[in-house]
Amino acid sequence: MKRQYPDWQGPRNRPLEAVRRHLTRVFARAGVFAAGVGLLAAGMASPCCAQSKSPADSIAEYRKMLADDNPAELFEAKGEELWKKARGPKNISLEACDLGKGPGQVAGAFVSLPRYFADTGRVQDLESRLLTCMQVLQGFDAEQIAATPFGKAEQVSLASLVAWIAAQSRGLHFDVPQGRTEERRMYELGKQIFFYRAGPYDFACATCHGDDGKRIRLQELPRLTANPGDGVGFAAWPAYRLSTGELWGMQRRINDCFRQQRFPYPGFGSEVTIALGVYMGVNARGAESIAPALKR
Amino acid sequence: MHNRMICSAAFLLTVGLMTSCANQATKGDADIRSNLDGAMRTSFRTEGIARVERLQQDATNAACSKAQGAPLAEEVSRSIEADNLKSVRMPSDGRFLGNWKEGERLAQNGRGMTWTDSSDQPNANGGNCYNCHQLDKAEVSYGTLGPSLYGYGRLHGVTDPTDPGARAVLENTWTKLYNAKALNACSGMPRFGQAGILDESQLKDLMALLLDPSSPVNQ
Amino acid sequence: MADPMKIRAQAADGKTTVRVLMAHEMETGQRKDPAGKIIPAWYIQQVSAQLNGAIVLTAQWGPSISKNPFLQFTVRGGKAGDRVAISWIDNSGERRSDEATVS
Repeated sequence: MKRQYPDWQGPRNRPLEAVRRHLTRVFARAGVFAAGVGLLAAGMASPCCAQSKSPADSIAEYRKMLADDNPAELFEAKGEELWKKARGPKNISLEACDLGKGPGQVAGAFVSLPRYFADTGRVQDLESRLLTCMQVLQGFDAEQIAATPFGKAEQVSLASLVAWIAAQSRGLHFDVPQGRTEERRMYELGKQIFFYRAGPYDFACATCHGDDGKRIRLQELPRLTANPGDGVGFAAWPAYRLSTGELWGMQRRINDCFRQQRFPYPGFGSEVTIALGVYMGVNARGAESIAPALKR
Repeated sequence: MHNRMICSAAFLLTVGLMTSCANQATKGDADIRSNLDGAMRTSFRTEGIARVERLQQDATNAACSKAQGAPLAEEVSRSIEADNLKSVRMPSDGRFLGNWKEGERLAQNGRGMTWTDSSDQPNANGGNCYNCHQLDKAEVSYGTLGPSLYGYGRLHGVTDPTDPGARAVLENTWTKLYNAKALNACSGMPRFGQAGILDESQLKDLMALLLDPSSPVNQ
Repeated sequence: MADPMKIRAQAADGKTTVRVLMAHEMETGQRKDPAGKIIPAWYIQQVSAQLNGAIVLTAQWGPSISKNPFLQFTVRGGKAGDRVAISWIDNSGERRSDEATVS
């Protein structure tokens, strides 16, 4: 089974694998010696079948237990190292990179992206901005990195950088700017795209994220046409995905959304993906960022 | 915005200026559309079976997208529904029900039509039903994007699917599965038959899941 | 060289709670790659924890432990300033050791 894209294969397959992984962590956390964890984990009741509390409650409780020890921290540590390390053909660090708050200013940058950048003359999100810095400052080939599949080579570096940069804005509130014409144009464009129905399933982003209180299988769906709240929707990415053990940035999250929508492939850092970031980010104004968060 | 305000004032005053106001509105809409089309064209590429041609919208998708969640005008909805009804093909042998066990398997299967699927043929696709609907009560992992279908056949009064009295329900249900937009212009449900996602035999199995009195859905 | 572990250790009421996040793929050896070939098993087999040089915990892990494993345990004694060291060896012979100070 290709593990990279956990699909809705049916409850008997997916959660069992996820539960196996989750249980080994939960049990180790109970403060018992780690020897024999595997045996004991197998004997525990599966949370997916407990009827005393709702599945959403169980999952939320499990996440709270792990909140302090999100494996995203491993990516954050790596990201900090990559920011400060001299790399690439020019052998220079990223410390002079301007993420919107001035060169090298990282705290607070994440919650004000995407935004317009005068040097490139366009609105950029965090990941496309990092590509700009990696190319201009370090001499990397941005196009090549954009074409690299997620989870491989420099895409892993990007994920780590995104995790660390997001963490420097943890607890701050989203304030994606709309002061410039370009930024407003991108918001309108993002809105159009959000409602764009196409493909064999006629799905738009709005099909799943246009209403309150809906879920797909047991996965709750935030309404992204308005502010879904602190740490929800836009405010919960980047995130560590337990089911695949990978850190997903917003580009990857949007990419997999389009895949599930049965759309063709969105280019990494393309105008459509950035416009959607502007639309969702502006809608989330005031929400508290919890990124990098923990997801199933 | 400033242009629009001037237009409104002019509209009240003279008829002659109405023409230029209409042009302003059309130009604005055309700009927005070309903006969107341009962005879609440059941002997406074909990957596997997911071709860029998929971005082309038919009249139904274009109208429902433009509405951005707001309801369409009555006559526009009726017109879209009538158009979609034309595409509905009743079963070639006149038999509506297949095997509900196969139907349940299809309903559980969320695969198909993405760029990670190797084939876009119906036999490679699932129905994705549990993603949005409740069906068999024993399945707790169901979505709420669509209404619960638990008890579907029973609640529609179908105790014997071969009874002529049940014919209307069978045809209506088949139509919904084949092309949901024939009954609700901006339904969020895919057009399984019309879009070639599922073939006749698969649709019959889903019909059985919903309408066979022995199906778990009707227990 | 494997990526560093994140270790946190806190002393309170005569006990020290240690929490460790390890970076490791923990491949079970049962998964197949897109071409259908088995992805080789690669997982941590031995873990040991030391407090001020004395071994306080050893563990033998297997493929059922999750990717990027998280381990928490409590040890009697220990105070702020003590050294905690965690080491692991995996089935390929690769090792990793990291240290932290109890706070």
